[in-house]
Amino acid sequence: MRVLSSLVVGESGVLVALDLPPGVQNHLMYMGFVPDARVRVLHKAPAGDPTVYSVDGIEIALRHETSRAIWVAAKSITKEDLLDVPEPAEPAEELTEAAL
Amino acid sequence: MSECCEPVAFVPPVRQPGAKTAGELHTIALIGPPNSGKSTLFNRLTGLRQKVANYPGVTVEQRMGRMSGVGRDDLVLIDLPGIYSLDPYSEDARVSIDVLEGHMPGTPKPDAVLLVLDSLHLTRQLMLAAPVLALGLPTMVLLNMSDLMDARGGAIDPLKLARELGAPVALVSATKGTGIESVQMFLNRNDSKLDTPPLMLPVLGNAMSTHRWAAQVSTRTGYRAPLSAKMTRRVDAVLLHPILGPLLFLVVVFAVFQVVFSVGLPVSNGLQDILAHFGKWATGFLPAGWIRSLVLDGGWNGVTSVLVFLPQILLLFLFIGILEDTGYLARAALIADRVMRSIGLNGKAFIPLLSAYACAVPAIMATRTIENKRDRLATILVTPFMTCSARLPVYLLFIAAFVPNVAFVGGLISLKTLVMLGLYTIGFLAALVTARVLKSSILKSSETPFILELPQYRMPTLRSLGLRLYDRGGVFMKQAGTVILCVTLGLWVLANVPVHAGHPPELGESVIGRLGHFIEPAIAPLGFNWKIGIGLLTSVMAREVMVGTMGTLYGADPETQSLSLQTALHHDLPLGGAIALMVFFAFALQCTSTIAVVRRETNSWKWPAVQFVYMLALAYGAAFVTNLVVTALWG
Repeated sequence: MRVLSSLVVGESGVLVALDLPPGVQNHLMYMGFVPDARVRVLHKAPAGDPTVYSVDGIEIALRHETSRAIWVAAKSITKEDLLDVPEPAEPAEELTEAAL
Repeated sequence: MSECCEPVAFVPPVRQPGAKTAGELHTIALIGPPNSGKSTLFNRLTGLRQKVANYPGVTVEQRMGRMSGVGRDDLVLIDLPGIYSLDPYSEDARVSIDVLEGHMPGTPKPDAVLLVLDSLHLTRQLMLAAPVLALGLPTMVLLNMSDLMDARGGAIDPLKLARELGAPVALVSATKGTGIESVQMFLNRNDSKLDTPPLMLPVLGNAMSTHRWAAQVSTRTGYRAPLSAKMTRRVDAVLLHPILGPLLFLVVVFAVFQVVFSVGLPVSNGLQDILAHFGKWATGFLPAGWIRSLVLDGGWNGVTSVLVFLPQILLLFLFIGILEDTGYLARAALIADRVMRSIGLNGKAFIPLLSAYACAVPAIMATRTIENKRDRLATILVTPFMTCSARLPVYLLFIAAFVPNVAFVGGLISLKTLVMLGLYTIGFLAALVTARVLKSSILKSSETPFILELPQYRMPTLRSLGLRLYDRGGVFMKQAGTVILCVTLGLWVLANVPVHAGHPPELGESVIGRLGHFIEPAIAPLGFNWKIGIGLLTSVMAREVMVGTMGTLYGADPETQSLSLQTALHHDLPLGGAIALMVFFAFALQCTSTIAVVRRETNSWKWPAVQFVYMLALAYGAAFVTNLVVTALWG
């Protein structure tokens, strides 16, 4: 078992337990951070923290001190993983146009 | 910009208490998780234009509107802030729960609920369905963004879901308007089934079991989640890149300011000429004498000197609108978290601060999404330092009049742009430093975790951007036609009394001149003349009134009457005073609407008073130093 903050970008794991104050923990669980959920590391902020995680199809950013209180188990590759291959970075022009 | 943030004026109908049968539903609440499209649906169902954007937490208070196009005119729809569960985590969620339970003064308890869920992430969104259905109110479940779900290969059986939930379910798209007719059918149906007993769910209050239930329901109803849009991840790979991300942001911000000057300023100057000629021509039909002077030199000059800045203001709002509608704002909060943390706040506080570049009033309301009370207060207190759009006319006028046309790097960067960026920067730094001081002294608190949902990027629609500009333009014009018109007409009168033997006095001998000279000693150290002093007094109402005041006072002065406002200022004010004035505006709290909203949100006069005095002292001190330095260097 590892803490979520130890996962690198592109890695995923299955959530085992949360060890946070009750209010925060409840809030996170309603956002989808429940045991057995598959969590994946998508990006890190330019400064290295917070990190963006994908859970239940949505993206949630957490700071290191929150993600290190979330326990995950390494996970074997499933069909879902194969459908969701990480994308390589694309050239800048096309993307910024789409965003702005 | 006082009018920008008034709630939709609406008085709910008075009703007799007691149970209602079907067909007697009057108040319907829109409930749903953040960013599920409640406000878009609200606008669709009421024909109103409540603010919508692509980030969680746009709506922070209840809004009511009469539903139109449902065949009845007695239905009131309440739009509410998004919630993840019925346990409130922040102030805005508290609002939703209070309204839902009938504890919100002035808002009737809803008779029925429209539960809006984002069909792209239905499993998690269903977690809210259990507690909401258990309230026992007649409820209809609307699966929003169903067009996107279809397009991305998702699927669900709405009939099966309706059976599972014991409530009608419809697939809708609030942006496209599809499926909306089902809401009408729900509200007008007239059978006794409406009084279905509350759903007995064994899962309430426990997130874990609620999630398990939601997952089972979505499996049983054949829910297939759509493929996640890869575009968002690709875009984020660039925008959250350690070097490219911040760099691109700076380039875009810089380009916007440059466009404000290179395109906006010539347009403004052209507009100024046209309006001035039109004013002269039109007032030619009035009899010569005091009436013509009142209309032309008083009202027209004052109002148009502000109105000419409309193009630049719209340009700024277009930029902010694009940031909000694409979904970038949430990323900005993520990037800024590191800096915000060093001052004791968290990245979420950055969203209100950024939207304060438009107007501080909605920004202060938006602080309701900040969970920690002390963090929220600190953010409220520093928000007015952010350069709101009402400062823009003042900056543009004085920069155009005083900053020479010098360009660097082959004409790409002009000195005017740099001065403007400098003014935006000192405002932002003042906010950061003040927040740091507050958070390390009277508002110290333990750190709150940063938890932020990032929406998928969306292409802003021309319609939504156009409506924003139209609404903002309307607010600006209305302000010019009311507050600024009244102030300038009043100033003209004060500049023309007391009348001696049928002749108006010299400007310096008029009531306004005497008042100006009376306060001049207080502002002379800043390099300001008495006319600026009058402007400082009137601009306490709203900052852009300063420009209207200058237009009227210089228009009423025979010596400067024939000159354009820029030229008149250039001749009448030393450079040190002009730069000091802009610095003064960067820091001072000259806005009655902001003071009112701070009083309302903090529930006391203490904080707005502290804020006003602190910002005034800072503005005075900084303007004093600026005047000394600029005069010593270039004076």
